[in-house]
Amino acid sequence: MLAFLVQRISQAILVMFVISVIAFAIQDGLGDPLQQMVGMSVSEEEREAIRDEMGLNDPLVVQYLRFAGNAVQGDLGISYFYGKPTLDVILEHLPATLELAIGASLIILFFSVPIGVYAAIRPQALLSKFFMGVSTVGISIPVFLTAIVLIQLFSIGVTVDLFPADTGWGQNLNSALSTEGGLPSYGRGDELTHLFGTWHSGFFSQGGLLHLILPAISLASIMLPLFIRLIRAEMMEVLQSDYVRYARAKGLQPGRINFLHALKNTMLPVITVGGVQIGTMVAYTILTETVFQWPGVGLMFLEAITRSDIPLIVAYLMVVGLIFVITNTIVDLIYGLVNPTVKLTGKKA
Amino acid sequence: MTTATISRWDRFRDSFLWYSFKRDKIAIVSFLVLVLMVAAAVFAPLLAPTDPYDLAQINIMNSELPPVGMSGADAAFPLGTDAQGRDMLSTILYGTRVSLLIGFGAVVLQAVLGILFGLLAGYLGGRVDSILMRIADVQLSFSTLMVAIIVGAVFKASFGNLMFGEIAIYMLIFIIGVAEWPQIARTVRASVLAEKKKEYVDAAKVMGFGTRRIMFRHILPNTLSPIFVIATVQIANAIISEAALSFLGLGMPETQPSLGSLIKSGFDYIQSGSWWITLIPGLVLVVLVLVINLLGDWLRDVMNPRLYKG
Repeated sequence: MLAFLVQRISQAILVMFVISVIAFAIQDGLGDPLQQMVGMSVSEEEREAIRDEMGLNDPLVVQYLRFAGNAVQGDLGISYFYGKPTLDVILEHLPATLELAIGASLIILFFSVPIGVYAAIRPQALLSKFFMGVSTVGISIPVFLTAIVLIQLFSIGVTVDLFPADTGWGQNLNSALSTEGGLPSYGRGDELTHLFGTWHSGFFSQGGLLHLILPAISLASIMLPLFIRLIRAEMMEVLQSDYVRYARAKGLQPGRINFLHALKNTMLPVITVGGVQIGTMVAYTILTETVFQWPGVGLMFLEAITRSDIPLIVAYLMVVGLIFVITNTIVDLIYGLVNPTVKLTGKKA
Repeated sequence: MTTATISRWDRFRDSFLWYSFKRDKIAIVSFLVLVLMVAAAVFAPLLAPTDPYDLAQINIMNSELPPVGMSGADAAFPLGTDAQGRDMLSTILYGTRVSLLIGFGAVVLQAVLGILFGLLAGYLGGRVDSILMRIADVQLSFSTLMVAIIVGAVFKASFGNLMFGEIAIYMLIFIIGVAEWPQIARTVRASVLAEKKKEYVDAAKVMGFGTRRIMFRHILPNTLSPIFVIATVQIANAIISEAALSFLGLGMPETQPSLGSLIKSGFDYIQSGSWWITLIPGLVLVVLVLVINLLGDWLRDVMNPRLYKG
């Protein structure tokens, strides 16, 4: 176990090193801090002097070591646009993204488990086939498109007048197909509760929760089909196993077998795969936040690109890289702990 | 020569592939829809009523006209017009063309990289294998879309808007191709590991063939069917990635729109009620991706499914 631990952690450090080299290369290749600092009137000799003073003429290795040393101490430079340390800017925007991710995860959890289990227990039922069909279609719909459709339906509202309005059934159909709209589709609203530090939460007010509905559903919609399929596949495999058949033969209640005995062993692979999906989730938050102008780190990153705010881009890369590496390592370790058959060399069988 | 082609056709008609295709309604419908869309995209310059790239044919007075069937529609623009007065039908035809081109190009690049690295990792094994697969693991754990977004962002920041717009097609093919190669490499590696143990490889070794010849001439042809399956699904993924990048403003410029950038430019007008500018290209995108995915599912079931899932 110790060997496994050491191996995983050293791999995590190696990956973090590669990320920091990439980040440093971006910073070095794209930004000339001197251009941002001094005006046109500064002479070439003075520029050269400042360069020397700032260490920009040092060998690249020395510059990298300085960059990495600062990064370890939490100093990732000053954002051009905000004029503040980039880490502070990211920490200000992080709670919004976290709340969006938490909201979406709750939706995924509440829907994928019952639907996946149901589709596994009754694979031939019409409802299961319907769910599986919807999830195939769901995988083909990009997250931003779901978001746009949701905005059209529930924020702007749709008025249908396809059917003749002078007949009773026509009017009923029209009103049944029309939607009210009115849900907020922009930002987080202003009813935020201050929790601690930079965390302003939208969970504790009606306005905040209303603003969360559409973005969270959009973000959940893209991951939901994947989890439904995964839970269904794992559950079907578990249902074939000997201990489940034994429990059935013993005459236990089907509900007890399915939800207590079988589900427990289904959730393990689901949790580990889910952990790996965090990376995908971060990518999708960028898209969701762009559609809903949700003031999280994804939108901040995209704005940093349009503003060519290099220090902020680099800092985002480092922070997101760190989050990925930490979650992946933890997921690996948990998997190694609960499933001792994982080879210690870490090679996937 | 003609007898050879006839017998090949007969072989195809007798094959399991054709047999199961004929019996699968979903596969037939998906295939027809896909052929129709690809044909429409390829022949876009002939089919489109106007050329959306030609500024002289655009009249700003025609902007934001709704599709036929709604009040205020103009019969000259069956799917309405966008905010610049471009005919939606034409822009969608040209946009599908761009999306398909990028999707296909990116998968070709992925396949080249994936087959090369997958073969090397699988056949040579040892240190080459563990290094290549570690890189693939790490890259996949970051999710391909995230890698594509970051690479796109860096390119955009270093080239600047104008320059990036001019070479956007090549950039996107490169970005998506590089971001997604591990998917194919893993599939190839898995099948190479299975093939490597077979007798014909030993026979080739005994005959004294070189490593390169065994890898490309003997093993590669036997790993083609899983590659074919995953490449189909990857085209759908590449088209979605392209749309996502374009939607974020890291892809095709508005002057040469793909389906993704059409959705993006239409999104700015959705609050003013012009839903068709964004939702019609969106629907086309979903149908295109869906039929490719359905065909991929069908292919996976018909061909050896184990290698793909593993």
